[in-house]
Amino acid sequence: MRERQAPHGTHRDREFEAFVAGAAGRLLHTATLLTAEDPQHNPGACRLLTLALAETYAGWDRLRGDDPYDRTRQCLAGRFAREAWHRYGPLGRTRRRPPGVLAALAPHERLVLVLRLHEGVAEEQTAALLGLPAERVRVLCDRAVSRLTHPARRPAAAVGGSGAVAS
Amino acid sequence: MNRAEQEAAARRILAQDPPPVPAGLYADALRRGTRMLRRRTLARRALWLLLLAAAVAFTVWALTVRPWVQPPSQTTPPVTGW
Repeated sequence: MRERQAPHGTHRDREFEAFVAGAAGRLLHTATLLTAEDPQHNPGACRLLTLALAETYAGWDRLRGDDPYDRTRQCLAGRFAREAWHRYGPLGRTRRRPPGVLAALAPHERLVLVLRLHEGVAEEQTAALLGLPAERVRVLCDRAVSRLTHPARRPAAAVGGSGAVAS
Repeated sequence: MNRAEQEAAARRILAQDPPPVPAGLYADALRRGTRMLRRRTLARRALWLLLLAAAVAFTVWALTVRPWVQPPSQTTPPVTGW
């Protein structure tokens, strides 16, 4: 059985390596936005992404044509939601203020905002992923957007100039 | 600022400053994933073994106790007609 599995295992490893090489940058950016850490120093985001990737690898053979990127993003979002609940409590208030751009937002607002705007997941899919009604997702997203753009009106003016780098 | 502009501004804020990917990420994920896979295989195997053991134990018990056979009656039936 081991001999039969060996070539299959290496094939899977190759596919997984190609996937990680292609997707790790974007996924790490997403994870860093979620944890609201400094992009240059993001141990929490790295940990989150490593665990999500490991889960994707463990389920690689049962993917059956599903997009591994979607699967990993789903793991990432689910894991972040659970950890945020345990770490910050149901109110979602941060104790220490993290240094990232989304630091002013509560964890669930960050999650919805990043999934909707940064990852471009549709409203219904986000709602299904998080187990929330679609209206709630829309409200959370709108609130997060206005909180991100309004109090940061002054820095946003500086950001607006470098809009060409937006993907 | 209308909704679309606000969303575009938020997208710009989100897209700035992507973090560099650390070198050990792939190896770490592979290591953890392999461990997860091995653990799942072991757990599945243990569950199948448990199921098999339960089936064998049930068969042995059934064959020795034979619960479907009517137990011998404890009372003598009334003797009539002799």
